[in-house]
Amino acid sequence: MTDWNPGKVVDRYPDVPYEEKQRLFLEIKEDPRYEDYLYGCYECGICVSACPSARFYDYSPRVIAQAMAREDVDRIYEILIEDIWNCAQCFSCVRCPRHNNPGGLVTLIREVAVRNGIQETRDVLQGYSRVIYKVMLKGNQVSPDMLQPDFFPDWGPWVREFSENMQVWRQAIPVDTLRGVTDAAWRTDDKTLRELYTIWFETGNIEIIQEVDEGLYELLVDVMEEELEEWEEEV
Amino acid sequence: MATANFVPVEEILAKKSQPVRRDPTTAPTHDLREALFELEAKGELIVQRVPEPYIEVTTKFGRTKKIPVEHTWHHKSCGQCGHIPGYSTSVFWLHRQFGLDYVDPTDQTSCTGWNYYASATSNAAAQLAVMCRNFAAAYETGYYPLIHCGTSYGHYKEAREELIHHKALRDEVRRILDKLGKPLVVPEEIVHYSEWVHAMRHRIAERQIVDLSSLTACVHPACHYYKIVAEDAIYDPDIYGGQRTATVTGLLETLGIHVADYSTWFDCCGFGFRHVLVQRDFTRSFAVLRKIEVMKNEVDPDLVVTHDTGCVTTLDKSQFAAKAHQRQVGVPVLSDAQVAALAMGAHPFRVLQLHWHSTDWRPMLEKLGIDWQRHWEEFEADLDAIRRGEKAGLTWEDADTPIAVAA
Repeated sequence: MTDWNPGKVVDRYPDVPYEEKQRLFLEIKEDPRYEDYLYGCYECGICVSACPSARFYDYSPRVIAQAMAREDVDRIYEILIEDIWNCAQCFSCVRCPRHNNPGGLVTLIREVAVRNGIQETRDVLQGYSRVIYKVMLKGNQVSPDMLQPDFFPDWGPWVREFSENMQVWRQAIPVDTLRGVTDAAWRTDDKTLRELYTIWFETGNIEIIQEVDEGLYELLVDVMEEELEEWEEEV
Repeated sequence: MATANFVPVEEILAKKSQPVRRDPTTAPTHDLREALFELEAKGELIVQRVPEPYIEVTTKFGRTKKIPVEHTWHHKSCGQCGHIPGYSTSVFWLHRQFGLDYVDPTDQTSCTGWNYYASATSNAAAQLAVMCRNFAAAYETGYYPLIHCGTSYGHYKEAREELIHHKALRDEVRRILDKLGKPLVVPEEIVHYSEWVHAMRHRIAERQIVDLSSLTACVHPACHYYKIVAEDAIYDPDIYGGQRTATVTGLLETLGIHVADYSTWFDCCGFGFRHVLVQRDFTRSFAVLRKIEVMKNEVDPDLVVTHDTGCVTTLDKSQFAAKAHQRQVGVPVLSDAQVAALAMGAHPFRVLQLHWHSTDWRPMLEKLGIDWQRHWEEFEADLDAIRRGEKAGLTWEDADTPIAVAA
């Protein structure tokens, strides 16, 4: 019983220097949105009762708000490694009586994990690269041609029926911008996409991708730079 | 112990039994629109005004919000257009039925918020710049943005707050827009299509030709509609006593559908953004165990109605695998726009595009006396004509006319 120390968890990542954990925490805290998302915590648990992920995972938005409010650097590092990708980002937790936004805090921690190329984060996002490719290049998160039976077997025989009839079903949509389009959600102007690429470069968004997937980064840069050079020549 | 400050339980219960009528002068938050106009007066940005005609509705803290009736620039949803196109088609079809002026732009990207909430492979400046590029594109046409996606709507409301509160972010976004040759524009109101449907519900009911009174529906209110920047969602003392958002439910009740309550109404659908794409065990479990099965066990509805891309997708597509586990599933899921269009006689396949939905919608149509088989044959004839090259595709000319309904 002499070792019993309630509220103090064992440091699960003793090999990671405290200074490194602190550096990551300070990067989270430096985000201008941090002070909008954290005001302290009553430990009332309302956020947990509303949280879908808390029902299915060993996950608690209250713990996140608490750890951040206490600036418990070791615990925050554990959250960054183990917890953040469980959040469903539904923001049910913002019914917090202190007006905390645990889901928003998770967004900030995720951004830091991505920017720093944390291996666990790279692993989580490994199967997600094709979605990043689509959204960065087409400006759409999803497209009809992503609906393949191998990727969505649990959606039933409908997916196979759809993929066999994709082209004709898309042509049978009366909306002009959708009709016949299969590689994006709707028809988008070239100029619009080039403006989007400019945003990715100007805001440093493209470098973020480099931290997650080097191959994807190179592919995206090649395509986008070529498009933008063509645009400059046209102008 | 002093007792003077205690409020008797009876008094609290009496208060809770009354509809909530909030006074905007005592709202706990600032009115962001005032801050926007102040920034405009300083020359920092342009505020795009809601065009006339508009309908005024009341939001959570009693403030008034203007919903434009027409002259709208349709900010489409990638999830709707990509995977459930009957959703977007119904929104446009409703506008066409009322002869309203609108633009369906090709100078539009998605908000990219789905990706941001899924992977965080972006940053605040990029997200704000994407939003403001779309807003500038709308402003250049002279039309007002109407946001189809619940996540885009919530994401943009939050991004608007960031833009107002953080000058450094504002300056960064302005620099990028300057490079694109675009002005920094923010709309006076950020308007979701379901708010337009809600505001138009009485006009929709006037044109109703399909009797929906035999239907019982459960409403799933979309998290990113009313939980993010909660103060901006529509509330009405006559609907749920003003204690929940009135969108969707207001429409269904106006159309004569019986809205049945269920205990997990506040829960999200289980979409999870990344989960629905790459970790669907969570999505399926949550959608079935906390939503569909609860509805089935408590009220056994004929359909679920919601007002966001992810919610329709998740609640509809998650039901198939659950059948293998003998779970209580099998409730079709539609958007409020599709239900409104159905009421006005939209073709089930040319407009509602029900063949993109997984969970069986046939029993619902049969209950309404709609001969879906005949309409499917009509649609199959369209498909055959497209396959034979006789038709390039379906047009509004094919889809505008409401179906004939037996008297």
